[in-house]
Amino acid sequence: MLIKRIIPCLDVRNKKVTKGVKFRDNVDLGDPIEMAVAYSEGGCDELVLYDITASAERRPIDIDLVREVGKVVHIPFAVGGGIETLDDIYSVLNAGAEKVSVNSLAVKNPAIIAEGAKRFGSQCIVLGMDPVKSDDEKFASGYEITTRGFREFTGMDALDWAKKAEDLGVGEIVVNSVDADGTRDGFELNLTRLISTNVGIPVVASGGAGTPQHLVDVFSEGAADAAIVASMVHSGDYTIRQIKEELARAGIPVRCTW
Amino acid sequence: MIAIIDYNAGNLTSVRLALEYIGADCEITSDPKHILAAERVIFPGVGAAGAAMAELRKLGLLDTIKTVVDNNTPFLGICLGTQVIFEFSEEDGGTACIGLVPGAVKRFSSSDPMCKIPQIGWNTVQIEWPHPLFEGIKDSSEFYFVHSYYPSVAARSYVMGQTEYAGVCFASAVGIGSLFAVQFHPERSGRVGLKMLENFSKWVPLC
Repeated sequence: MLIKRIIPCLDVRNKKVTKGVKFRDNVDLGDPIEMAVAYSEGGCDELVLYDITASAERRPIDIDLVREVGKVVHIPFAVGGGIETLDDIYSVLNAGAEKVSVNSLAVKNPAIIAEGAKRFGSQCIVLGMDPVKSDDEKFASGYEITTRGFREFTGMDALDWAKKAEDLGVGEIVVNSVDADGTRDGFELNLTRLISTNVGIPVVASGGAGTPQHLVDVFSEGAADAAIVASMVHSGDYTIRQIKEELARAGIPVRCTW
Repeated sequence: MIAIIDYNAGNLTSVRLALEYIGADCEITSDPKHILAAERVIFPGVGAAGAAMAELRKLGLLDTIKTVVDNNTPFLGICLGTQVIFEFSEEDGGTACIGLVPGAVKRFSSSDPMCKIPQIGWNTVQIEWPHPLFEGIKDSSEFYFVHSYYPSVAARSYVMGQTEYAGVCFASAVGIGSLFAVQFHPERSGRVGLKMLENFSKWVPLC
C-alpha cells in the first residue's frame, strides 16, 4: 500500500507566504524558505510553492526563490505560477524543483502538457485545476474549470478536463476546490472522489483542510492519493506530526519517521 | 570528486544539490574522461529506457559505464540509471540494456483502481542485506519513488532491499561489488536519503 502524502502549500506573494479565503483577502504569514525547511523537518512528504502573483503581474516565476528552496529542502517540491513556456518549465526544474504545476497555461495551451511530458517526463508535469460547483446541466460532473485564480470561467467540465490532461501525459492532478479553499470546513469529498476514481494517475486533494479528521475523510471517502494543507498548519493549530498520528490511528498508511 | 553522469535523462540538479548539502564534491558531466577519472560515479536519470539507451550509445558512455564498474569504482545507480543496468527492459516495446545485473525490468500492472501507476510517493524498503550504504538507516525506512517499471532480479544474491507495490515485491536496491543501485530517489528522500548519499560518499568497497 502506497503511503498517503501530506503536502503543505506555500502561496508566495512579494517573497512572503500568504493565505486567503476562496482566493481572496490574503494575509502574509512568513518567510517561504524558513517555512519550507520547518515543514520538511517537521515530516511533510512534499511541498508546493505557488508564486501567486507572477501570472497577474505578467512576470516570470521567482527563480531565485526556487533555487534557495532547492538548496535546503531534500524532499520533492512542486512549483507553480507564471509558467508560460517549455523554457520556463526547464528553468524551474533546473533550479531544483521536482515538479512543475501548470494551471491556466494548460487550459490556454493543452499541447504544452504533452510537450513538457515528452521532454521532461510525465512525473514532473502536474496539472493544477480550480473547479467550482455549477448547476448548469452542460457540466456533467457538476463542476466547471476556472482559471487565473478564479477570475475566468472556461466552460470546461472538470472531469472531462482531468481525463484529457491524463491522456496528454500529466503525471498527477491537483484538484483545488474553489468553493472549499481556505474555509477549513473540510475537503470537497465528492469532487475528489469523482476525479480520483476516474483517472489512473495520482490525485492530490486541495482546499478546505481544517482538522486532521478532514484528512482522514479525504483519504478514505475522497479516495485521494495525497492532500494539500495550508491554513490549518500555517496558523499553528496543527503540526504535520499531529495530522499523521491521527491518520495512523484511523488505519491510513503514512510516513511516521523522518 | 563524484561524477554525476549526464545523458539528457532528466533533471540532475536535485542530485547535485543533495551532494553539495552533505559536503561532497561533485560534477555533472557526460565526458567519459571525467567519468573514468572520478573517485565515485552516480548514474541517475528519469524517463524512458529506450531513449536513455540510445542517448548513452550516442554519447559513447556504454563502455565507460562498464569500465567504471570493472575498475571497482564505487557506482550508484538511481531510478532509470538502475533500470538500464539490467539486461532488458519491457519499456518502449522491449529494450536491450547494459546487462551489469542479471534480470529484467517489468511494468507494474494493477487491476485495483486505487493502486495508481506510476507509483509516485513514499514507500518502505525492507533491508535484505546489511550493505554499507544502509549504515545508520533503519529497516523499513521510507524512500521516495517515481516509476511505472520495476526491476526483477534473476539472482537473489543481488537483492539488497525490497519494496512492495501493485501486488509485487521487487528489488528496490541491488548490489554487487562496487555497484549499488536503487529504484527510489535518495536525493529526494529527506534525511534517510541524505544518509545513504553520505554513506556512498565514504564507501570503500571490499573487492
